Amino acid sequence: MADGGSPGALRKPLVSVRGLKMHFPIYAGILRRKVGAVKAVDGVSFDILEGETLGLVGESGCGKSTVGRALLRLYEPTAGQVVIGGEDIASLPPDALRRKRPMMQMVFQDPQASLNPRMTVAAIIGEPLDEHTDWDEDKKTARVYELMDQVGLNRRFANRYPHEFSGGQRQRIGIARALALNPRFIVCDEPIAALDVSIQAQVVNLLEDLQDRLGLTYLFISHDLSMVRHIADRVAVMYLGQIAELSPREALYARPLHPYARALLSAVPEADPTLEATRQRIILKGDVPSPANPPKGCNFCTRCPQVMAVCRDVEPELAEVEPGRFVACHLMAMDTAGGHASPGAEVREHNQQGEVK
Amino acid sequence: MALSPLNQRRWRNFKANRRAFWSLWIFLVLYGITLCAEVIANDRPLLVSYRGELHTPFLRFYPETAFGGDFRTEAKYTDIEVQCLIRSGGSLDCWDDPEGVIAQVEDGSRAGADPDFVQGWILWPPIPYSYNTINDLAGPAPSAPDANHWLGTDDTARDVLARVIYGFRLSVSFALIVTLITSVVGIAAGAVQGYFGGLTDLIFQRIIELWGSTPSLYVIIIVAAIFTMDFWLLVGLMVLFGWTALVGVVRAEFLRARNFEYVRAAKALGVSDLVIMFRHVLPNAMVATLTMLPFIITGTIGSLATLDFLGFGLPESAPSLGELTQQAKQNLQAPWLGFTAFFTFAIMLSLLVFIFEGVRDAFDPRKTFR
Repeated sequence: MADGGSPGALRKPLVSVRGLKMHFPIYAGILRRKVGAVKAVDGVSFDILEGETLGLVGESGCGKSTVGRALLRLYEPTAGQVVIGGEDIASLPPDALRRKRPMMQMVFQDPQASLNPRMTVAAIIGEPLDEHTDWDEDKKTARVYELMDQVGLNRRFANRYPHEFSGGQRQRIGIARALALNPRFIVCDEPIAALDVSIQAQVVNLLEDLQDRLGLTYLFISHDLSMVRHIADRVAVMYLGQIAELSPREALYARPLHPYARALLSAVPEADPTLEATRQRIILKGDVPSPANPPKGCNFCTRCPQVMAVCRDVEPELAEVEPGRFVACHLMAMDTAGGHASPGAEVREHNQQGEVK
Repeated sequence: MALSPLNQRRWRNFKANRRAFWSLWIFLVLYGITLCAEVIANDRPLLVSYRGELHTPFLRFYPETAFGGDFRTEAKYTDIEVQCLIRSGGSLDCWDDPEGVIAQVEDGSRAGADPDFVQGWILWPPIPYSYNTINDLAGPAPSAPDANHWLGTDDTARDVLARVIYGFRLSVSFALIVTLITSVVGIAAGAVQGYFGGLTDLIFQRIIELWGSTPSLYVIIIVAAIFTMDFWLLVGLMVLFGWTALVGVVRAEFLRARNFEYVRAAKALGVSDLVIMFRHVLPNAMVATLTMLPFIITGTIGSLATLDFLGFGLPESAPSLGELTQQAKQNLQAPWLGFTAFFTFAIMLSLLVFIFEGVRDAFDPRKTFR
């Protein structure tokens, strides 16, 4: 894909998230009073354009999956707007929400857990049809077979149970179920994290293939940076419930702007051994602060190698610093003001395996 | 009906437990027999041939006039006069000397004495007494077992065997009905609590704690003092205080299962809560529920016996094992009452416990047989 810049300017956004917050309350004491909240997602805004794939990356516990679930309102968001196809999902009444479900679907992380072990494949894939259509049995069966063909499952497997399949096949069942109602938007919540590496490519290629054929829009949540680079058009990097940087794929991987994005991407191994040997790895010190008690100012100020006084005081806003690139960092303001970012604590990492691929 | 592979395995496991398997058959046969108690023990004949016509008194009402008698009330088949009328074809001599006429019918000389004679016959059930037949006894009321009354009679001269047969049916039916209704209500309540959780769960749980600490025996005694107790009123009262038994188990299973990934997937598909509960969550709660059911059934049988023993249960005339136990206590000189009550309860409860032990083991996924 050659759309490194901002081709999305021509397309209109299908999903538009504004100030999404998802706080999980903490109760304590004899009276179970609310003493605080885990701010899993704390003010996230982004757009997903029609037909594109937005990658959402970040380390464990940064709130990636919570964003995905809150988007489909599997959680009740604490605040914010999620406009999908012109309607605000976050405030729809239950009935309207149910009617809206067919256009937005989800592929889950663990295909073993997300399929009911007591139902056959045909019943699993047909369940959304039972709920949202009044088709007769023949028509449903025909649609189930069509879906199984689409995801590359043998029709003869229709009456088998999930435990009789391999991980990759199970994930195909999950994808077929998500496709049953012709959705326009699919949240892929780490769809490959539970699969063998050999199967991951199959599933990702299937997802890309389906996107081309059906014109789907994906939110692709993953911690596998290489896979996101492969599938996503634009990538959002999350840290502690907030978006640190949102940039087109090529630009981000070539030149990350946010210090956290820089540190994160420096961890991606390089396939070329000569490049790998010179790869500069930024090792962050300390742990991620508790999302129940995030630091004042910038969320990243406790670990940032280029931290400044202002970072501990003022929360940076996500701002467009270059065309199509959004970064939430005070350094950017400094840069545009003529300052220069210091190189920071960079540690050189030697590749001991020296793998050749 | 084809069983799923899982259920086939369960059935195999159940059959592998010989004691449970045979207990199930014996229990089914016993319960099956008592279900047609009207044919086994009844003071109305099964079949009567009067002047060449067949009558089925155990099913239908026939006035005495139908057999040449005087009263328009139901024929009293245990009376020797009525028996004589039927067998002799309505001879008027029956009012004077019924024994003589019957003797003539039996030795074949009646046709000579009465030109109007038509031979009739009466087919009695194996036990010609119902649970409420008050028999004419030669001696005092609780009479010892003899050829007529195989288990003797109780203190109002009613046949004990007949009462035990009807009593068995009543106890088991009562327990099954109460268990069925309490399970449905309990599962529904537990499901709502566990599935929605949070505030619903909190409030509901407090209500159940309050409800569960109500002294149900006193309430039943008070209600028994106000209304005449009958079967369905007692079922209602038992359900009213028994439905909380299953709530805890079902609630726990739903709390566990509601966060399963496939339940979340179903929500994302827009499946309604009710369907999710039934299709995805309830099967998980079934095994735990099934292990609880035996305790409810045996407990209900026990409760019914207790209430009857105390005299607050079913009315006096009802064939109740608890009432038999109470009579046994008051008539220690008549040990057949006590022994009958004891063995009936012992056999009934043992069979049920054995069966459910087998069911529980068959549903245990960790238990392997052969």
